[in-house]
Amino acid sequence: MNIPLSWYLIVAAALFCIGLYGVLSRRNAIAILMGVELMLNAVNINLLAFWRYVEAVQGTVTGQVFAIIVITVAAAEAAVGLALIIAVYRNRKTVNVEDVDLMKL
Amino acid sequence: MNLSQLVFIILSAVALIGAVGVVTNRNLFRAALFLVLSFVGVAGFYILLEAEILAMVQLLVYVGAIAILIIFAIMLSRQLMSPEYKARNEQWLWGLVAAVALFAVLAYILLKVTWPTSESTVPPDAIIRLGLSLISPKGFVLPFEVASVLLLVALVGAVIIAREK
Repeated sequence: MNIPLSWYLIVAAALFCIGLYGVLSRRNAIAILMGVELMLNAVNINLLAFWRYVEAVQGTVTGQVFAIIVITVAAAEAAVGLALIIAVYRNRKTVNVEDVDLMKL
Repeated sequence: MNLSQLVFIILSAVALIGAVGVVTNRNLFRAALFLVLSFVGVAGFYILLEAEILAMVQLLVYVGAIAILIIFAIMLSRQLMSPEYKARNEQWLWGLVAAVALFAVLAYILLKVTWPTSESTVPPDAIIRLGLSLISPKGFVLPFEVASVLLLVALVGAVIIAREK
């Protein structure tokens, strides 16, 4: 417990911002998905750090349950997102998000 | 500086170097391997936070399943390793500015607030409490069941979307 809570929060914020940069700057849809995964990981670090430093004294585990739910949703998101990318690649022969502009006016 | 702080610094270096590799590497396959490195660093954080079960889940689900799934998708859709392929779009500089600005704001706030932390130890039966709270009606049995339905729906949906017509 001799690591300050703010260290975890700063590292998680850095991880989130790196993931955000990946989402904003990449052209490949799979690379964008990888950025989203980094951001979800940063959120989980925050949840568990707050659980350890604030909640654990009460002996409850709500923070851990929340992190498990986030991991579940991330797995579902990765499966459906990659299936969508495969379907787009099959139809348009590209995974560049700039070339997938069917719904643009 | 004591041992756990040193471990923390090494782990954050692993996680952040992995993350930077993910967003900057032109080769998507290498980016996916850097993603694995970053996930392993985050699993180390969970061990440091004494949430061992979450560290195992992190390794199983993220490293074992999601990273492998991403590598499969890269292999199924590869075309693009040609030297003239641009990995970044035109707005990448604005994206960098936005990310750095967000980090500056977050770091300023996080360092300013004093958090109500408590010097406590994790109860030794935390894993048992976690398991019991996931099946007890007073705990989280409803989110637990909804998560199972969500996974089933995602599985069926992914198969149907990716299936060849």
